[in-house]
Parts: sequence; structure tokens; C-alpha cells
Amino acid sequence: MTPALADLTVGDVLPTLSYRVTRKQLVQYAGAAGDFNAIHWNQRVATDVGLPDVIAHGMFTMASALRIVTDWLGDPGLVKQYEVRFTRPVVVADDDQGAEVQVSAVVGALDPEAGTARIDITSKFNGQTVLGKARATVALA
Amino acid sequence: MALNPEFVGKAFPYDEAFCVGVEKIREFARAIGDDNPLYRDRDAARAAGYPDLVAPPTFAIAVIMKAQDKLLFDPRLGLNFDVVVHGDQRFVWHRPIVAGDELSSTPYVDQVRVLGGNDLISLRTEVTDPQGNPVVTAYGTLVARGTG
Repeated sequence: MTPALADLTVGDVLPTLSYRVTRKQLVQYAGAAGDFNAIHWNQRVATDVGLPDVIAHGMFTMASALRIVTDWLGDPGLVKQYEVRFTRPVVVADDDQGAEVQVSAVVGALDPEAGTARIDITSKFNGQTVLGKARATVALA
Repeated sequence: MALNPEFVGKAFPYDEAFCVGVEKIREFARAIGDDNPLYRDRDAARAAGYPDLVAPPTFAIAVIMKAQDKLLFDPRLGLNFDVVVHGDQRFVWHRPIVAGDELSSTPYVDQVRVLGGNDLISLRTEVTDPQGNPVVTAYGTLVARGTG
């Protein structure tokens, strides 16, 4: 069931989410999104440009974090705006475990006149946030 | 090397529409590990009031990728793509993207600047349907590390 705006309070917590990202998924995402920048699949190129290892696409991290909102909404078409800053990379080692990312979110603001809620998202890898100012605006009845 | 300031304020319309396919939406949803039925089950999407599958919101990046790359790889811009990382990204959806959409992308260079030894370029890409109605506006900043 899609939440109703009137039932929400600023500070309400959404059900949390965690996901793992592996090298295989980065290759899959590269093809799906058409982003073949080699730092997302080639360790040699990644370390050559000063990165610790292959890193996840920022857009993969952005997409995965939004799932906490769309899982809660049910209908992804209710998302009207979404913004992030890419503050730290998600480093993906060459193993079967990959990297684990923890996502949490709270209701950050309500605008009953516009019929929208702002959801503030936190995405953490190794205990550190990887997205800054991650905010989605959703339309709710 | 600073980025070419002559690009600022200009539009770079991409001449080929992006045709949003059912399998491309399914592929993208699988790639982000999202099993929302509206991304994979056409009957579920229609039952929810959509003409066909709904695209995950950030699928918009796949829609604009070629248009943006054409601009970013223009040698006259002077961007060293080998050292580029994504600084920030924002989307404003005027309506959800659905399978069957034919979408045109027009990137604009809003700003180029040097910050902390890095070259920064801020892009805004307007995505429209064949009637010219706005579908998505995408704002993104790319950072070329250590080139500024």
C-alpha cells in the first residue's frame, strides 16, 4: 500500500535496505546503462588513475539507494525529483562477496500544499556515507 | 587545462531518439537488482494505470548517455575523460518513462569552472517526447580530477 501524506510525520523512518554489489553486477550495469568507463570494471585502469581499486558507477549507487523509496512507495512513478552528491566511491574488490552497502531513509519534509514528501536517504559503505544530500521528492495523495 | 568556455550556454541536440524497449527496462532493473513488478510485468504495469512497463527512475541516465557522451567527447571541449568522476546528479521527472517512449535529448552546458585543481562541467539535459513535451530534466556535474 502506498503511504498517505496525512499519515506521515517528519522523522518517520522507512524500512532499511542493504545490498551487495559485485564485479559481475558492475559489468551488467555498464551494459544496461551504456556506461563503459573502465574504472568500473578494470583494476589496472582504476589504479592507474589513483583509485584504490575498481569502483561502482555513481549512478549504480544512486539507483540502488532509491530502491528504499520505491520499495516503500510500490509505484516508482510517484518519484518527482531525486538528487545526490557522490562523496565517496564504493570500492568493489575482485571476489565473490563484493561490497555491502547499507541504506536508510527518513521523511525529511512534508509539503501538504504541493502534495509531496521529501525523503532523505543515507547510503553507507564500510561505515562511511557514499552519497551526500541524497534526497527524493515523492508525490503522495 | 581549462575547459572551453565557448560551450557554456549552448544546446547540443542529439539527432537520434532513444526508443525505450521492454527488454531494455527489464535489463536495467535486473542490473540494479530491483524486482519491482512494474519494471518487469507488463500486466502489472497496465493494471497500475501505465501504458506499458515503467522504467526505474534513474533509467533516465541510459536515455541521455549517448547525447551527453557526444558532447563530452567533443575534442574542442578539452575534457580528459580518463580522469573523470561523477560529482553530482539530479533528476526532475515531469512524468515517468515507460516502454514505447521515443525520447529526444538536448544537453546544455550550464557551467565550466576550475575548483581545487579539478575541471568541473555542469550539464543540463532536457528530455522530451515527439510532441516536444518535457519528460525528464537531468542535471549532472562531472569532475576531471587534477586537470584544472
